[in-house]
Amino acid sequence: MTHLLRMIVEPGFFGNAPVRVALLAGGVVALVSGVVGMFTVLRGQAFAGHALADIGATGGSGAFLAGINPLWGFVGIGVVAAGIMEMIGIRRPRGRDVATGIVLGAGLGLAALFLYWDATFSNTTGATISVLFGSMFVISGSTAGVIVVFSLLALTVVGLLYRPLLLSSVSTDMATVRGVPVRITGLLYLLAMAVAVSLAALTIGAILSTALLVGPAATALRLTSKTGLAVLWSGLIGIAATWLGILLAYDSFYWPPAQHGWPVSFFVVTLVFVFYLLAQLPAVGRLSGARARRARNGG
Amino acid sequence: MTDLDEEAATSLDAGTVASLSGAAMTAGQHLTGTGGDALTVDGISVRLAGREVLRDIHFTVRAGEFVGLIGSNGAGKTTLLRVILGLQQPSAGVVRIDGADRPRHAPAVGYVPQKVLLDPDMPLRARDLVGLGLDGNRLGIPLPTRRRRQLIDEMLRAVGAGLFGDERVGNLSGGEQQRVLIAHALISRPRLLLLDEPLANLDIRSEQEIVELLARVAREQQISVLLSAHEMNPLLPVMDRIVYLAAGRAASGTTDEVVRTEVLSKLYGQHVDVIHVHGRILVVAGRGDGPAEPVGEDGAHCAVPDWL
Repeated sequence: MTHLLRMIVEPGFFGNAPVRVALLAGGVVALVSGVVGMFTVLRGQAFAGHALADIGATGGSGAFLAGINPLWGFVGIGVVAAGIMEMIGIRRPRGRDVATGIVLGAGLGLAALFLYWDATFSNTTGATISVLFGSMFVISGSTAGVIVVFSLLALTVVGLLYRPLLLSSVSTDMATVRGVPVRITGLLYLLAMAVAVSLAALTIGAILSTALLVGPAATALRLTSKTGLAVLWSGLIGIAATWLGILLAYDSFYWPPAQHGWPVSFFVVTLVFVFYLLAQLPAVGRLSGARARRARNGG
Repeated sequence: MTDLDEEAATSLDAGTVASLSGAAMTAGQHLTGTGGDALTVDGISVRLAGREVLRDIHFTVRAGEFVGLIGSNGAGKTTLLRVILGLQQPSAGVVRIDGADRPRHAPAVGYVPQKVLLDPDMPLRARDLVGLGLDGNRLGIPLPTRRRRQLIDEMLRAVGAGLFGDERVGNLSGGEQQRVLIAHALISRPRLLLLDEPLANLDIRSEQEIVELLARVAREQQISVLLSAHEMNPLLPVMDRIVYLAAGRAASGTTDEVVRTEVLSKLYGQHVDVIHVHGRILVVAGRGDGPAEPVGEDGAHCAVPDWL
């Protein structure tokens, strides 16, 4: 038993300080992404989430250029982009997609410029990799503290807006009639989503953070019909993918070809995808009662 | 009986509610002094993109009345309902609910919109959606109290949705979803229930069941119902009055007063015939010297049944 455990968990895994910080920060970020992401999926805002994540690259690369903590770059640009998207976003879905696309395009243009300058002038060749694909194992203790604070903030917003968000994802008209201030609810949610993907940009990278936002939520949809439970599952699946990913990345240090370790983001995102595929099995669909109805009618 | 709100909120039992709401209606009349008008639409006009969609619409809905808002597709039924709900700003006129100027978010009104896309992927049970009708505007996560559960259960049973309360709304049939949406709208105990084409896309049996359900709700709970439809015949047995919408204008009254050749011809601005067949009413355009054309912009959705 100990032997088997040793094979899976390489010696020194829990004793390694960067690993411990990664487990904490990565876990918290995955929880936030999963919880926030459930509403992203319910509200049909996956594209906005993806755009906010990608735009994070602009803030991250800009922060590297300015020599400040990339976390502030990620979060700062995310919040600004969310605000702009809401301002030019018309309430119709098509207008929203167009607004999102326009902000995304402009943001990525800047990211291209900043990353180019990072590589040529500042000599920070690692910046591109770390902005785009994350830096889970080089998060400092103080940054981890800031991550936890932002995470609590995003979770609080989504927790408070739980019912208004749910009702307005069913129908904005029904929500308005019931007394929900739909516009402000939507803006606050967009900000929470910006924070969630920004934090994930730090751990698994700006272009991969959508996977952690949408994947666990899409998986959780299949597991239960209870909204609250689905939100919880989404967060737990994100945590599981992240922790397993960290473990595999640590183990992969001795793997071919280079014996230099595989990127942790690869493992996390792949695990998210594998979980999603597993949830598509018919047996899992029965958990959510998706077929209970047909059984009732047939019987 | 002094604390009506409290009693009404805790008991949705049909028998009790009938007497309670009767008292509530009297109280409402006493307060507003308008003879129990649940809704007054006074001179409403709406311009959308420079086009006058509604022109000088007047009608009232009295407490406990079942009123059909009839008109073909594009007649402005949805726009009119949205104006009443405060979702659309009129270019002229006022809407009064319970005799008072309409409050900003019209809490006294329950609403069932025309198109609610309930995705089967959505982890949302019928009872969750009904619960959102109770407190969907509140902050925080709903606490699963026994009272909340009981209210939701009673509401589900009252609309005949007791059997599928725990199923995903997205997996329910069209008629079942309508019941759940009606429960969502009713659980906050509104005085007025607005429904936008609730019979569209329903099979004949579900259509009848929904009409009967709404008529029963209006009668037992003294709730005024304003229901839009492009087909008046399913509503004939239950409608107290009709608001007929055509060419941006409205005629209102009892079915016999409004659905007459003279009135509708004037409303449409062209000659139409009103024909009674086996207790049903057909509205047909043309003078009889050419092929009779169904009235309306869309032949498939006019007031003439498909078998003609």
